[in-house]
Amino acid sequence: MNGYAGIPLIRRLTSRTWWQRFLQTLRYALHVIVHPFDGFWDLTREHRGSMAAANCIVFLALIIRILSLQYTSFLFMRVNWSRINVFTEFLTVLLPLLIWCVANWSLTTLFEGKGRMRDIYMGTAYAITPYVLIQLPLIFLSNVITVEEGAFHMVLSGVSLLWSGSLIVFAMMMIHDYTLGKTLAFILMSLFGMLVIIFVMLLFFSLISDGIAYIVSLYKEISFRLY
Amino acid sequence: MRCMKTARTNRRGRGTRAALAALLFAVLMILTVLPARAQVGYQNQYSYTYDYWGDVRYAPDAYRVRSVMNSSSLGLDISMAAPGSLFVKGDRLYIADSGNNRILQLKRDGDSYIPERTIDSFTDGGTADTFKSPGDIFVTDEGDMFICDTGNERVLKLDSGLNLLLTIRKPLDETFDQRVSFLPTRVVADVTGRAFVLIRNVNKGLAKFERDGRFTGFIGAMPVSYSITDQIWRVLSTRAQREQQASFVPTEFDNVYIDAKGFIYSVTTTFSEYDLMWDKARPIRKLNAVGSDILVKNGEFPPIGDIDWGTAGGYSGPSKFSDITVLHNEVYVALDKVRGRLFGYDDQGRNLWIFGGSGNMSAYFRNAASIEHSGYDLLVLDSLEASVTVFEPTEYGRMIYLATEQYQRGEYALSADSWQRVLRLNGNFELAYIGIGRALLREGNYEQAMRYFKLANDEVNYSKAFQEQRKIWVEENIGWIFAVFAAALALPLALGRLKRVREELRDI
Repeated sequence: MNGYAGIPLIRRLTSRTWWQRFLQTLRYALHVIVHPFDGFWDLTREHRGSMAAANCIVFLALIIRILSLQYTSFLFMRVNWSRINVFTEFLTVLLPLLIWCVANWSLTTLFEGKGRMRDIYMGTAYAITPYVLIQLPLIFLSNVITVEEGAFHMVLSGVSLLWSGSLIVFAMMMIHDYTLGKTLAFILMSLFGMLVIIFVMLLFFSLISDGIAYIVSLYKEISFRLY
Repeated sequence: MRCMKTARTNRRGRGTRAALAALLFAVLMILTVLPARAQVGYQNQYSYTYDYWGDVRYAPDAYRVRSVMNSSSLGLDISMAAPGSLFVKGDRLYIADSGNNRILQLKRDGDSYIPERTIDSFTDGGTADTFKSPGDIFVTDEGDMFICDTGNERVLKLDSGLNLLLTIRKPLDETFDQRVSFLPTRVVADVTGRAFVLIRNVNKGLAKFERDGRFTGFIGAMPVSYSITDQIWRVLSTRAQREQQASFVPTEFDNVYIDAKGFIYSVTTTFSEYDLMWDKARPIRKLNAVGSDILVKNGEFPPIGDIDWGTAGGYSGPSKFSDITVLHNEVYVALDKVRGRLFGYDDQGRNLWIFGGSGNMSAYFRNAASIEHSGYDLLVLDSLEASVTVFEPTEYGRMIYLATEQYQRGEYALSADSWQRVLRLNGNFELAYIGIGRALLREGNYEQAMRYFKLANDEVNYSKAFQEQRKIWVEENIGWIFAVFAAALALPLALGRLKRVREELRDI
């Protein structure tokens, strides 16, 4: 979608060619999930994928997560609605995804990884296509089967996660032009990197909130003295 | 005349209006007072249950206090001192008044109890003997009494005339550790006259003594199980740490109760919080004749008392049961000494109600030591206050029992009606939804049954109802299903042919 980067959103959305390219790149996701090696290689190098399509897949994954909370039969998913916050649900998907991209890029860029941040994001987004494709019919399936038949649901759900997980591995392999062993090692290191980033963020937030609390208490103390 | 009449009517009208206003005011005054009086009088956080998510749901009171008995209200010559245990047999109530080396025997008289006899000595073949801090008493169907004479290191069996029948002392058996002193604290006996004695500092279970006083071993000691993680921790921990680890110690029971069918219910407080979460601690056990735990646990949570214990009010940690009693309908009530709460569970191990608290007011306890029942009434002994609180079931509590018993008798439709009446009083009571759902399931009203099971988050029963409902739906709509299938197969074929025809037409 490089050719459209500078064009205002409204012009893009009204342009016929933009839509054609968007649908074409989105449809490419169906090719990628069954031909991961060639698929991910061409995804960024041959510009067969687009950021718009990647965003669309992530958005669909978010929607399906919410839909499955609402419409999956309670036999397979118990939702305590008094404790659900839609934005928290969004963040539980988005935050790990973004931290993953940052952690992975930060490491691979030092070790001859060929992928840029946007390539990593695009590859990961395309890799979660099976999750989107399988979880949607699973919502329907869950409403027509009983607990005893729940094995189908569990297996299919597991397949969707395993498929997406292995696609992420292949995506990283192709995008960074790594061997399989190196990819797996860097995925493990990226997961560790994610932990480090989360730790630093928590530390940061805790320090900031302490700082704010200090200023607030100082203000209160002074205002009590004055009145 | 006419003028006067109107004036009079006017005046009368004003008078009636004033009277009406006064009446209205009075009614309003009464109405503002009444709701407070209509309640039993506890604060509205006194009774509760846990919902599917383990959250506290405040409930109507299942029990209310009928009376509180203490030394002065009973007119005792010597005040009770650190009473240890209660026992009820028929309409007689026994209180082991350990601090005064005696046992009080009370007789039920209507709704209250009056002292009948003070048991402070017995005759041993002509010579009189006394007790030393007796811990517990058990009375058999024949009227014989087993008394834990803890201070004298013996268990006595007396007949109803207080003549000694049997003395049980420390068994000279190699399975019994001879170094520890024999301190019997609780005793129960089965119909054959076999006594089961709980001995302080003995963690092998209950000591079993035959009718003739012969020691025949321990029952109820759970095998100590080591998991792999336990093993790893043991290897990694130091000697001092290993000695601190209490979870490997076999359980020491804190109290026992023998129900009408001869099953022994026991409570224990020696467990780790970690074990409690995975239902390995089993603070309440139901022992069969060979001593294995056969307690049914079909509730969302195992019967462990409080699910969410927090640290509020200066109390922390899980519930620790000091005693248990089993009603004739197999509802068992465990008494938590940490927070002074009573937990009622049905025969399936599902929580019916929780109430109680720590404090000085009536219906609150400072040291809840023992619980007994008489019919549906519950009697709780507070050993620090030296008082016995008698609880009677409320309308709500009685309705829960009625529904449970009707279901046990197989009167499912009646049981559903009773559960409906429970729901009218407490819409948060999940067990009621399950009860109604099960009755509907038996009636064949699957759609409604599914609705009720879903409200109670009961997936197994929901699945049963759903399976039947699905069968009916498929049978009703089999034509449509075939039509859709056929369409799904035929449509691509038809479209493909249409496309081909169109291509051929274009080629021409």
